Amino acid sequence: MDKVQVVSLVVSFCILIGVIDLVRRGKLKENYSVLWICTSLIIMFFAIFRHLIDWLGRLVGIYYSPSAFFLMAFIFIMLITLQFSVVISKLSERNKVLAQEIALLRLKVEELERMSAS
Amino acid sequence: MISDTLIIIPAYNEGGGIGRLIKDIRLKVPGVDIVVVDDGSSDDTALQASSAGAKVIRLPVNLGYGGALQTGFKYVLANGYRYAVQIDADGQHEPSSIPALLEPVKKGEADVAMGSRFMGEGSYKASFARGIGMWLFGGIASALIGRKVTDATTGFQALGPNVIRFYASENYPVDFPDADVLIMLHRAGLKSIEVPVVMYPRTDGRSMHSGLKPLYYVFKMFLSIFVTLLRKTLS
Repeated sequence: MDKVQVVSLVVSFCILIGVIDLVRRGKLKENYSVLWICTSLIIMFFAIFRHLIDWLGRLVGIYYSPSAFFLMAFIFIMLITLQFSVVISKLSERNKVLAQEIALLRLKVEELERMSAS
Repeated sequence: MISDTLIIIPAYNEGGGIGRLIKDIRLKVPGVDIVVVDDGSSDDTALQASSAGAKVIRLPVNLGYGGALQTGFKYVLANGYRYAVQIDADGQHEPSSIPALLEPVKKGEADVAMGSRFMGEGSYKASFARGIGMWLFGGIASALIGRKVTDATTGFQALGPNVIRFYASENYPVDFPDADVLIMLHRAGLKSIEVPVVMYPRTDGRSMHSGLKPLYYVFKMFLSIFVTLLRKTLS
């Protein structure tokens, strides 16, 4: 095993432990950790069996193995950010509903206060 | 609550003119309730509005035109009003046109009456870019819903109970409610008609449509219309 494999293995293992710890401490929700855990496991796998990156690359027509690696990393980033966009959309919608409820309740409270004061 | 109709005025920093508008509405359209939805204004819009005799719903954060308007619809449903009229806070919409909008809806001729500034009354002239947009999406809307649409982006509308329920629901697009709403209404089986109204051009230079916004608007409209057509019929 050469240096780059050892480094990749150690780094991806640290990410794996870090992510699991964040979930354990409640700072990262389980469903957002799925992609991170899968990806770090995949990197660890390819760190050990590096010839498989070449094989995978050749499968899609890439002959320079760092490119195959970067492609995988890029796809991962895209998936994570897509997940974020979906989550943000949901949060925006919920946020809007909350703001509207608060506004309507505020008016009700003001009216009730006025009624009980008179 | 003595009336069956609520006028909804979404407002953001319109403290200068909102009082005048409310008094104008009360003069020209007696027998309706008025609510101003203050969309997180930093000025005294809420104070001016309540001094002039309107109810005020104050949003804790700015949601934008569609979000503020929708709050008004939720208020309608919570308080048992049957009809609603949406009108802009900046004085572009002439309150005396309100009865003309309400009439076909109250008579049951349509589920929603949309005020068109291009149907003959008044002398409204749009800017070039806006004109192109209106023509394009008006044309698309006309073709898709089977009736002539002269003014797709109007915020001056009278709504019956079915449309109010629809606008208060999750299906309502909150960015720019216009041409895609017409198509959604059509898909949902709700009848919309146009009624000529009087509108005035903006008195100040501040435009909602500056910089990259027109580009986003065009993109968003195409996407929204496309997605609406793809969806199964809305209940």
